[in-house]
Amino acid sequence: MALINLNKREINCKIVYYGPGRSGKTTNLFYIYNAVSEKYRGKLLTIETRGERTLFFDLLPINLGKIKGLDIRLQLYTVPGQSHYRATRKLVLKGVDGIVFVADSLRKRREKNIESLIDLKNNLAEYNIELEEIPLVFQYNKRDLIEANIPLLTIEELENDLNRELKAPYFEAAAIKGIGVFETLKEISKRTVKYVARKYIFNEASKAQGGMI
Amino acid sequence: MGTVVVTGEKIEKLKRILDNHLTSIGVSLAILIDEAGNEIVSTGKIDQIDTTSLAALAAANFGATAQIAKLIGEEDFSILYHKGKKDNIHITKIGLNFILVTVFTDKIPLGLVRLRVKQLKQELLNTLSEQ
Repeated sequence: MALINLNKREINCKIVYYGPGRSGKTTNLFYIYNAVSEKYRGKLLTIETRGERTLFFDLLPINLGKIKGLDIRLQLYTVPGQSHYRATRKLVLKGVDGIVFVADSLRKRREKNIESLIDLKNNLAEYNIELEEIPLVFQYNKRDLIEANIPLLTIEELENDLNRELKAPYFEAAAIKGIGVFETLKEISKRTVKYVARKYIFNEASKAQGGMI
Repeated sequence: MGTVVVTGEKIEKLKRILDNHLTSIGVSLAILIDEAGNEIVSTGKIDQIDTTSLAALAAANFGATAQIAKLIGEEDFSILYHKGKKDNIHITKIGLNFILVTVFTDKIPLGLVRLRVKQLKQELLNTLSEQ
């Protein structure tokens, strides 16, 4: 649920990094946190287990600067990827405005990617959101491992498994090195802000200003 | 899921309600958030606490507890209260989409906070739903 604060002239959007366990969702947030100057980011909040797996979520607030006089603030969340945390993932998705699906390129993780996408679809359905309707970007992570001769899925295979019908934009990434991280963020931010603004303007036309939409 | 739009006028009104009922009895901090964890309005010692993190965690905490409630056959727990050594926190649902977080010291009785929150609930809801 986006929040538009006309007093501070800011738009707050919630973007969730989704995907199977160990695909690199938290790594994306860490890279962004380290690369963005303090002026534009808030505190990185993580709730993790001892094994450094996300237990509940990570949160990184960032400020994109002004668009048409409105400050754009994003709250980047990750979910715990392991399948038994389904209830927790559903909670984090509450009020989501945009989704980055971080898929694992490792060939042996093929099933996990597909499972996670189905899980996302089911969780969104419980909030009456369709995956086809919400801003979505795919990130095919760990592409750098090809140099280490580790069997990876090809982009065509990943596209076919996950994005055949959705036809969302995708980025190849090596999040640990920062490759593709900002490209992904830029695309999802653009789409999310547009989506939220369009929804707001559309409702604004039929309703008085300042109401709840 | 909708978008919440708050005007400057509405923010001022909400803040005034929180101040009248809560700051006036000496609570350290009161934050009104939505269920996604966005901070709508806050008042009190806001520069001493990271309110963004607090809002996200309070919303998550509420969501997690609501799931626990469902497991035991309750719809949700409308009030959460955590007691610390000096500071305490009271979290309550406001209508369907909002949550009020109140931080207060031991000097203020919990009963008074509960009473005040109960009194201001409808006022907040009326203001939030005003066109």
